[in-house]
Amino acid sequence: MDAALMSSGLHLSLSSSGVIPLHLQLDCAQGELLALVGPSGSGKTTLLRALAGLYPEVQGVISCAGETWLDSRRAIRRSPQQRQVGMVFQHYALFPHLTVQQNVEMALLQQPLRVRQQAAREMLARVKLSGLEERLPAQLSGGQKQRVALARALVGEPKLLLLDEPFAAVDQQTRYKLRRELAQLRHSLQLPILLVTHDLEEAQQLADQICVLHRGQALQVASPSSLMRAPATPEVAKLLGMQNLFRGELRQLDLSEKRIHLDWQGLPLQWQLTSTQHVAAIEFHRAQLQPGQALQWLAPPASIQLFRDAAAAATALNAFPAIVEESVLLGPHLSLRVRPCHAPDWPLSFYLSQNFLEQEAWQPGETLHLALHPQRLHLFLPANTVDAREITAGERPV
Amino acid sequence: MDWSALSISLKLAFWTSVLLLPLGLVLGRWLAWYPPRAAAWVHSLIFLPLVLPPTVLGYYALLAIAPDAPLGMLWQSLSGRSLAFSFEALLLVSLVANLPFVVQPISNSYQALDRDIYDAGRVCGLAPWSLFWRIELPLIWPGVLSATMLTFTHTLGEFGVVLMVGGNLAGETRTLSIAIYDEVQALNMSAAGQMSLFLLLLAFSALLWMQWQNRRARRLML
Repeated sequence: MDAALMSSGLHLSLSSSGVIPLHLQLDCAQGELLALVGPSGSGKTTLLRALAGLYPEVQGVISCAGETWLDSRRAIRRSPQQRQVGMVFQHYALFPHLTVQQNVEMALLQQPLRVRQQAAREMLARVKLSGLEERLPAQLSGGQKQRVALARALVGEPKLLLLDEPFAAVDQQTRYKLRRELAQLRHSLQLPILLVTHDLEEAQQLADQICVLHRGQALQVASPSSLMRAPATPEVAKLLGMQNLFRGELRQLDLSEKRIHLDWQGLPLQWQLTSTQHVAAIEFHRAQLQPGQALQWLAPPASIQLFRDAAAAATALNAFPAIVEESVLLGPHLSLRVRPCHAPDWPLSFYLSQNFLEQEAWQPGETLHLALHPQRLHLFLPANTVDAREITAGERPV
Repeated sequence: MDWSALSISLKLAFWTSVLLLPLGLVLGRWLAWYPPRAAAWVHSLIFLPLVLPPTVLGYYALLAIAPDAPLGMLWQSLSGRSLAFSFEALLLVSLVANLPFVVQPISNSYQALDRDIYDAGRVCGLAPWSLFWRIELPLIWPGVLSATMLTFTHTLGEFGVVLMVGGNLAGETRTLSIAIYDEVQALNMSAAGQMSLFLLLLAFSALLWMQWQNRRARRLML
């Protein structure tokens, strides 16, 4: 591992001996925001609690800012008090009997009274809560409570910031506002930030890296764009709510042209490799990639092209006709579900924006002409998750 | 009014409440936050004095403090006095009899305390002792208050156990509730009435004060 990363950011390698499984390695650099997404019960909150020292049933290593917080083999286990972590709990966990000012001061108890009063006031001003110092938590709105929790987490100059679903307990409007504020604030924070969320949109908006957790394992860690473009495994794609996962059969590898030919229920499909990393990954798995090999692939929304008629579609690669099965208007979007004529058992679902809709209106039973963009398709290699993760890890922005 | 009996009653109630509180805090917290595997057994044991006839409790207490019983002998060797029919014996059995009154309200308060708030205190860097004084105690305060008031008033009213263990020695073990019984036996109804009214008013105002305090504490936090 990178020595600089180890000394400056957060590095963890954990396994759980408790009832909630955890088995993962993660790194988060100074100033980086890593979002943990995954279904409930996937271990997101447990991981945060383990980092804060609140979940003792873990083994492994945690180091942050050059300090070792946990090293089971060397019998090092720092208490939550010794770790200097800032944590925003899911329901904020403010001290209900203390004022806003006292809540924030609580994180500075070892400082002289004057110093902590001043620091708490400054931090409250920074999160736009000046004037509310003497209120009790019960007298605050959800958004204000969240800000107090954030101020309390940050005032002690922590080495790691943990945010456990910080926007879950507020209404939609406040949520967007707080998200914008966090996005602004985080750039002034030179520390690793871990954000637990079940909201993929939130993760995409705020995070530098997203970690997809499932049953305590990190299935993929990638930047939001590469995660959405190239989920490492079909499982990740499903966890991210992606539709249009299909099975095909490998026909031919044409690495000189960076092309892969697939058969999808009798329809020839072409996949165009876009990067040298793809080619390297294919080379790596070459032994397994024999003609006839079953492969899973994904048609992301961006890969689906619509054509007015068969003649226009004929000019495109991977074109096929399909019959509209369902068309539902969802606000500004039209949700379409179509059945390809050559493979009616493999329906595709996708959204169209209303702008597009004004010109065309598709009713059930009508025929559409679709094509799948060869560069935007995503092919899952018959590899284990670790190998697949390496591919996307290579695309991480440095 | 039997002033000596009143003073013994108040002394007994005071010491019972004061000595039971730390024990109640430890037991209540343990049962609420770290329920042992044998929780059912522990609960049953603690609540036993609530359902047992005071005479049964008193009978076993008498056996335990007898001069030839281990506890009685230990006390004798330490203090040079007999434990039986002494104020200390009264206090000892009063502690046992009041255990459920102090453990239950405190345990309930601990159960109602959001563990995340406690954990937030730990993450803030508060040492265990600081956590207790600054976070736990203020938040379980209504429970502590209830426990103390219940113990105090219940001890004032205790009759059966006191009679069994303490006998009825004026100036040593005769409490107000026993003095009332004596006066009634002697058909001295006006004296009994006076003391009864006093106990009635004391108990009622204590309960009323406790209700007010609890309401205040709740209003503060909700």
